[in-house]
Amino acid sequence: MTVVLRGGRVVDSHGEREVDVEIGDDGRIASVGDDLSGDVNLDASGCVVVPGFVDLHVHLREPGQEDAETISSGARGGALGGFTALVAMPNTDPTTDCAAVVEQVRRLGERSLCEIVPTAAMTVGRRGVDMSPMGELVDMGVGIFTDDGSGLQDPRLMRRIMEYSTGLTARLGRPVVLAQHCEVAELSAGGFMHEGAWSSRLGIPGQPAEAEELMVMRDIALVRLTGAHMHFQHLSTASSVAMVRGAKAAGLPVTAEATTHHFTLTDAACASYDPVFKVHPPLRTDDDVAAVRKGLADGTIDAIATDHAPHTDHSKEQPFDSAPPGMLGLETAFSLALEESGLDLPGILALMSWQPAAIAGIGDRHGTPVVAGNHANLCVIDLDETWTVSGRAMASPSSNTPYEGRTLRGRVRHTLSAGEPVVVDGEARG
Amino acid sequence: MSTAVVASRHLLGVDGMSRQDLEGILDLTDTFAEIGRRPIPKVPALRGRTVASLFFEDSTRTRLSFETAARRLSADTMTFTAGSSSLSKGESLRDTVEVIGSYGADAIVVRHGMAGTAHRLAGWTDACVINAGDGCHEHPTQALLDCYTLREKRGDLDGMRIGIVGDIRNSRVARSNVLAFSLLGAEVVLVAPPTLLPPSIEGWPVTVSHDLDSVLPDLDACYLLRMQRERIGEGLIPSIREYAADYGLDARRAAMLPADAVILHPGPTNPGVELTTEVATDPRSVILDQVSNGVSVRMAVLFLLLGSGLDLTPDSVPSDGEVVR
Repeated sequence: MTVVLRGGRVVDSHGEREVDVEIGDDGRIASVGDDLSGDVNLDASGCVVVPGFVDLHVHLREPGQEDAETISSGARGGALGGFTALVAMPNTDPTTDCAAVVEQVRRLGERSLCEIVPTAAMTVGRRGVDMSPMGELVDMGVGIFTDDGSGLQDPRLMRRIMEYSTGLTARLGRPVVLAQHCEVAELSAGGFMHEGAWSSRLGIPGQPAEAEELMVMRDIALVRLTGAHMHFQHLSTASSVAMVRGAKAAGLPVTAEATTHHFTLTDAACASYDPVFKVHPPLRTDDDVAAVRKGLADGTIDAIATDHAPHTDHSKEQPFDSAPPGMLGLETAFSLALEESGLDLPGILALMSWQPAAIAGIGDRHGTPVVAGNHANLCVIDLDETWTVSGRAMASPSSNTPYEGRTLRGRVRHTLSAGEPVVVDGEARG
Repeated sequence: MSTAVVASRHLLGVDGMSRQDLEGILDLTDTFAEIGRRPIPKVPALRGRTVASLFFEDSTRTRLSFETAARRLSADTMTFTAGSSSLSKGESLRDTVEVIGSYGADAIVVRHGMAGTAHRLAGWTDACVINAGDGCHEHPTQALLDCYTLREKRGDLDGMRIGIVGDIRNSRVARSNVLAFSLLGAEVVLVAPPTLLPPSIEGWPVTVSHDLDSVLPDLDACYLLRMQRERIGEGLIPSIREYAADYGLDARRAAMLPADAVILHPGPTNPGVELTTEVATDPRSVILDQVSNGVSVRMAVLFLLLGSGLDLTPDSVPSDGEVVR
């Protein structure tokens, strides 16, 4: 069966052109040209045809919290949002810190609508005490290690993990990426939102920006010492962005991501006391939002991620302090980037497709230019179509979107995962 | 009068209230204070109405004050405390509130250790929600009773200089009072070490001092906040001894206060910490007046929120002839 995307405008790392795209039985692009026709023809008129998005930071909750999300539902939401690959965080229950759980996540991912890229914890049980079996996991193809959900506090252990990871480069075929959730727990302890004017007024205990910044600073120093590749997750403060900019200028092997919510929302949103706005790291100030946008624009930040973190309605029906942190992101990410990042489409695609694909080690099949022979991980987007955000209408069993009721521009019409049309006319298949 | 309070159906905080709202409640409180002085201090104003106390945090004083106020208005009362309900069984806050609503509560008085809880409840129930303290956020009826007490002792707050001393950082009483005192035209000075101030006071209508002695001679009122021993473990102060030495009101410091100044404390006091026993019995201390005014203010609030359909002018409050016996 061949599929042809007809009448669209291709935009990729090579530029843009008005061409049809034919996808063959092997899941690869067979040809690109004018007036192509296949067994299935999908209308792309008025749309852009782009490489599928890659999200470096997704919580799929399986195994362990299947009432909030499953790999299947998460991948469906991803496909609806234009993603063709999701990097699954290891803070599952049990923790993804050993071959068995990695294998389970991978197996469940194979049946889903996106490519699921398992990561593994840096430490056993994410407890920050003992190193996980990194060599064994690297041999299974795991390329990203993270204790996301919390930062690795012990600087000595962090140094050792960095050193150890540099010895695994040949086995993986590329440098191992260590992804850090930067938060010095003793400084953020007891805080539930950004510490500042709003937290003081609302009486919600705050977490100072410095809790994030101190760990960014520490890890840059340790990268200088060890040469390991450190990926900074969800940068949220102006100083964090500035430090990463400095580290890159010094030639250190660091990369960084920022989430959609950290460049679209501020701590003022917490005034509603609705824990849908509770997230770690917390929503920051206008100045921080501006700094994150600048970091996205000037190349300091390599990727837009979602930190998609589903939580059941029940678990969010609590006071702000006691509700779990996290918000949905997969289905709103592209539209928000389009409306609020201040970047043009090629800039957004770099941050949402080929740059994160390279960090995830899947740049051979995601984010690749739309030319014959490449893998057909693609999405077709109507940039002008508007839609209204509804948590209930999303693929996730959870509905904790902070953008409820907002009308956004840019809607995914079709998504192709390895050549398979998994979203057609805005509806997910299977 | 108090249109915003009545229109919102809830009393969640002083934040968002107008000067007219505050003054309206204080004016109405006079009437209820008078009822409290009668031989049988009870009127049928809220007969058939139910006031539920939902206390997730211990506070015998505030709960008794609200329940006394409700009973003096002939309302039925019910009490939920965290230990005696299913709150520890994983029930969500929303479930709990919906259950209480289904028992027919017309008003829910809520105390919770976390900020914003009353705001959350207000979105989930048809009952009127009265915030009886939410974390470090607000305690609006405390502010109302403090304003009423100040007005009773010293007249109009306009132009008064009020010092609030102590753990402002962790105090809902301080947040509500800063707003209420300044709404009524008073000048507020916060007196505390930097660690006991909020991380940011951007936009707060206050000045700050770390030197109580220098502030005392110019005060019309000195408001002492309760100090808790936990603050030592949190690294906020070195010791209670040092706190008392620097910020406690002893006889020497009390002598620096003007003769007509008043000394307030939300209670319960820690003798020898915020103030010495000697100062607690100083004629300028109005701490017991605060307690009795608390009942009157809470009667006024319950009456305003639940007495809809009534003319809300003080004259319409039921007279002696309607006293329930």
